[in-house]
Amino acid sequence: MAFLECKSVTKEYATTTALKNICFSVKNGEMVAIIGPSGAGKSTLLRCINRMIKPTTGEVIFDGINFNRLNSAELRQQRRKIGMVFQHYNLVNRLSVVENVLHGRLGYKSTLEGILGKYNESEKEDAFKILARLGMEEQAYKRCDELSGGQKQRVGIARALIQEPKLMLCDEPIASLDPSAAKVIMDYLLDINKSMGITCLVNLHQVDVAMKYSDRIIGVRKGEVIYDGPPSELKKETIHKIYDSKTGELIMD
Amino acid sequence: MNLLVVKKRQNYIMTFFVLVVILYYGAVQVTGFELSQALVSIPEAIFWSLSNFYPTVSSMKNLPAILIKLHETVFLAIVATTTGGICAMIFALLSTKGVPVFTVMCRLIASFFRNIPDTVWAIVLLLSFGQNVISGYIALFFATFGFLTRAFVETIEEVGASSIEALQAAGATYGQIVFQAIIPSCITQVVSWLLFMIETNIRSSTLVGMLTGTGIGNLFNIYYKFFDYHSASLVVIMIVIVILIIEAASNHVRRMIL
Repeated sequence: MAFLECKSVTKEYATTTALKNICFSVKNGEMVAIIGPSGAGKSTLLRCINRMIKPTTGEVIFDGINFNRLNSAELRQQRRKIGMVFQHYNLVNRLSVVENVLHGRLGYKSTLEGILGKYNESEKEDAFKILARLGMEEQAYKRCDELSGGQKQRVGIARALIQEPKLMLCDEPIASLDPSAAKVIMDYLLDINKSMGITCLVNLHQVDVAMKYSDRIIGVRKGEVIYDGPPSELKKETIHKIYDSKTGELIMD
Repeated sequence: MNLLVVKKRQNYIMTFFVLVVILYYGAVQVTGFELSQALVSIPEAIFWSLSNFYPTVSSMKNLPAILIKLHETVFLAIVATTTGGICAMIFALLSTKGVPVFTVMCRLIASFFRNIPDTVWAIVLLLSFGQNVISGYIALFFATFGFLTRAFVETIEEVGASSIEALQAAGATYGQIVFQAIIPSCITQVVSWLLFMIETNIRSSTLVGMLTGTGIGNLFNIYYKFFDYHSASLVVIMIVIVILIIEAASNHVRRMIL
C-alpha cells in the first residue's frame, strides 16, 4: 500500500474549481516537489492532504488511514504525524523561539496541559536538540519578532519536527527568503528527508530548486496534474506547458 | 491622451465640490440652520462663558461632593469596560472558532448592541430599572460589549489567523490555540482597546449619568439647573483632568506592554 495516496481529489469553490481529479501516490521517504504557477492550486492541494481544507470529493489515504472518515478528535491525532511549514512562517511573534517550537507538541497534550503550557523535560530537551540541529540554539530564548526570515523559517521547521512527523508538507518555504537563506532552508529540508527518512512534499516556485533538490516533481496547472515524474525527465516543453508560457518567456531559457 | 485623463480627474473634483455645496444648502433649508448667525453668536457665547462659567472660591466647597461622584463615575466606567470586555472576548473567540452558526449568531448579537447608542440604552433601561446606577452600568456594558466584540474579532482575524492555522495543522485543540496563540499574539491590541474604551466610557458615563440621575453627570445637571454655573464649570474641569490623567496612564501602559 502506498504511504500517501490521493484518489481523485477535487476541490470546488462557489465560482471556481481549484483542484480537478488529482490522483497520485507517494512512497515513504520520497522528496517530492510540487511546481506550478500562482493560483494553480498547489497550496490547496497540500491543505487537502491534512484536511485543513476539506476536499469536495475524492479521498486522501495516509499511512493506511482514510482521512475522509475521521471525526475531529481523530483528525487531530492524525495531524500530529504530519508537520507543516508555511511561507510566512506562521509563528506567534510575541513568544520565544522555544515556546513556538514546543507548540508542535500540543497535539500530544490534553487540552488543559496545552492551555497551561505544561511540557515535560524530555519534550524541552527535544526542542533544544532540534534547535541545535538547525543551528538555532543560541536564539532559543529570543522573541520571534527579533529573528530574520531564514531564522523564523528554521523555527517553523523545528516546530514541525518536534511533532515526530512521518510526512512534512512545506507550503512555499523559501518564497519569502533571500537566495542564501533559501539555500540553507532547502539544505535542511533535504537533510531531514535523507537522514531522518521523513517524506517531504514541498511547494516551490523555482523550477531550478525543484530540479536540484527533489526525487520527483509534480507539475500542476489550473488544478490538474500535468507532469509527474523524476526531474531528469522533465523536459523544457513540459515546463512551458505547466506555466502556460512560450520559449523565451521564462528566466531559465 | 494623458491630458484627457487629467481633465477627467479635474471634472471629478469639481463635481464633488458642487455636490458638497448642494448637500450643505439642502441641509440648511431642512434644518433652518444659518451659518452666519452661528458665527456671529460665537463671540457672545465666549463672552458669556468667560463671565459665568468659571469656578469661584465659593464653588470650591462643592469639590469634595464632586470628587465623590467623579470617583463613582470613573469606577462605573472601569467596571463596565472590564466586564463588557470579558464578554466581548468570549463572543469574539466563539465567532472566530470557524463554526458558521456561532459566527453569524455572535456577530448579529454584537452588532445589535453596538448599533444602539449607550444614551438610548440608558433611556430604555431607565424605564425598567429606574433611576439608579444599575441602569447606567448596563447601558455602558451593552455599548462596550457590542463595540469591543467587533474590535476583538478584527484583531484576532488580523493578528492571529496565521498562527491559528499552524497550530490547527499540528493537531492542537481550539482551547489550546486560544491560550497558546490567539491571546499571546493579540494581547497588546486587546489591552489597547480596553484602555481606549475606559476613556470613552468615562466621557459617556457623564452623559448617561445625566439621564439616569447618577454620578457626576447628575451633579452637573443639578448645578446647571440651579444656575450654579461656577460649580458646574468645576465639574467640567475635574472631568477633563481625570480624562487627561487616564489618557496619560494608558499611554504609559501601552508603551510598557509593546
